[in-house]
Amino acid sequence: MKKIVAKQEACMGCGLCEVYCAVAHSKSKDIVKAYNSEKPKPLSRIRREVNKPISFAIQCRHCQDAPCVTACLAGAMTKDEKTGQVIHNKDKCMGCWTCIMVCPYGAIIMDKEGKVVTKCDLCKDLEEPACVANCPNEALVFKEVKS
Amino acid sequence: MAKYVIVGASAAGIGAIEAIRKVDSTGTITIITEECCADYSRPMISDLVSGKADIQKMKCRADNFWTENNVDARLNKKATSLEIAGKTVTLEDGEKISYEKLLLATGGKPFVPKMEGQEKDGVFTFTTMSEAQRLAEKIDNTHAKNAVVIGAGLIGISVTEAFVKRGLKVTVVELQEKILSLLLDSKASDMVEAVIKKAGVNFATGQSVQKILGRPDNENAVGGVILTKGEQVPCDIVVVAIGVIPRTELVAGTDVKTNRGIIVDNFMQTNIADIYASGDVAEAYDFILNQNRLLPLWPLAVLEGRVAGYNMAGQKTTYEGGTNMSSLKYFGIPIVSIGNANPKPDDTALEVLTKFDMENNIYKKLVLKDNVIVGMTMVNSIDRAGIIFNLMKNRVNVKKFKQDLLRDDFGWAVLPISLQRKMSVIQ
Repeated sequence: MKKIVAKQEACMGCGLCEVYCAVAHSKSKDIVKAYNSEKPKPLSRIRREVNKPISFAIQCRHCQDAPCVTACLAGAMTKDEKTGQVIHNKDKCMGCWTCIMVCPYGAIIMDKEGKVVTKCDLCKDLEEPACVANCPNEALVFKEVKS
Repeated sequence: MAKYVIVGASAAGIGAIEAIRKVDSTGTITIITEECCADYSRPMISDLVSGKADIQKMKCRADNFWTENNVDARLNKKATSLEIAGKTVTLEDGEKISYEKLLLATGGKPFVPKMEGQEKDGVFTFTTMSEAQRLAEKIDNTHAKNAVVIGAGLIGISVTEAFVKRGLKVTVVELQEKILSLLLDSKASDMVEAVIKKAGVNFATGQSVQKILGRPDNENAVGGVILTKGEQVPCDIVVVAIGVIPRTELVAGTDVKTNRGIIVDNFMQTNIADIYASGDVAEAYDFILNQNRLLPLWPLAVLEGRVAGYNMAGQKTTYEGGTNMSSLKYFGIPIVSIGNANPKPDDTALEVLTKFDMENNIYKKLVLKDNVIVGMTMVNSIDRAGIIFNLMKNRVNVKKFKQDLLRDDFGWAVLPISLQRKMSVIQ
């Protein structure tokens, strides 16, 4: 399947991936409105990690045998066998944090209100994930990888 | 005759079905459950009481799960005996179902100690959807105002939160001095207790209930309890949430070996060929203690059931093991606690690292043995707990970066590049 791959040597740690991820998952899809007036503030599902001089971004890897899917107490986390994506259904989520406990990437986060989790959905409505499309140095690549 | 017979349709049974169907798409599967509704999320029953979830939300698999997987699901049926030689399970109504491979996923039942007055109307246990429904109805119909919860473990705290959301005044009675003592050290336990007290809950620790009292106008209905130290607490509801014990009755008197639960090997097979056990009824492998034990936890039951399912269908699969591990959401204080998080202070073989951020009320603790993580607790900052859990699970030697594990900005970037590459965090 196609996954987002991080190239550590190209990452400048600018954090634009987080900004564009949050905007892509906002109500308005408008950077100014999203940051200025939306409540709750849209949340980035990608995380820039910096430990100078190293930096890279990390998000859900849509694992082949995803620990979050097995561990989910509510059946809210499922693996789409056709696309390979790990899909989170927030209406089913009970906010028990079990997926957070088992995710090896630390890629599942609580939403702003602390009620449910959220994570990368590969921007399913966009041609290319927003973080990849807006990375200024091509440190994030969306490509076919062995799952 | 079914190729696969599964007794119990909760986490372990579901995990087994999913595994079997990955390997064998046609072999007949029959699943037997006493419950009227299967494949619901047992941990969500407290949300049913609080009103946060309805039965549809509680379904933890798609509506067509049974048909999609071509499973003959026998609801409201009780398996009463097992004939090993004839490979048959007999149901209460006399029907005999023979099997080629059998999975015992019968789960646990609440442990209820003998207490005077325990037969009164208003005494509940709390492990099934039907109990949760009856409890919710009781609150709706009687306008109950006060509840006593016996046991301050996961189940006790979950039902306490549901009661608080319904506006009940709750007293939690716990035999240990600390709440959640199987999971948390005293520091973390105190942090949670403080938050729950703020929500108006009373705690009576170091005590149990010696007697359940009737009401002045109706001796058969719960009116209060008397604690061991003599204090009397008025209440309309008592929930006994001390713990669960494995439901081994189906194998009683057979050659299937049991200890406290059913004994299984690393393939989840019992001592009898073709009979497997998984979930709360089985004593499965704990990778921290390096021994088999009861670990009645939903995610582990799914994993164990899955391993059993693969093996039953002929795909040899080893259970990697689990450990005592839970995440807590109750009363808005997120916690992850795993493994040996509360070691005895005199255990000199262990190294304990802690960090407390008073301003943000964040507590982190790691327990190491020979530089391998064997226990962890995180309170109010759990976002990257899974990274550390996986270091623990994979027995990674953390000597060179152990102090970094407690950093506020902890994440993959502080871990060695070799590990980052191994886990494909970076290319």
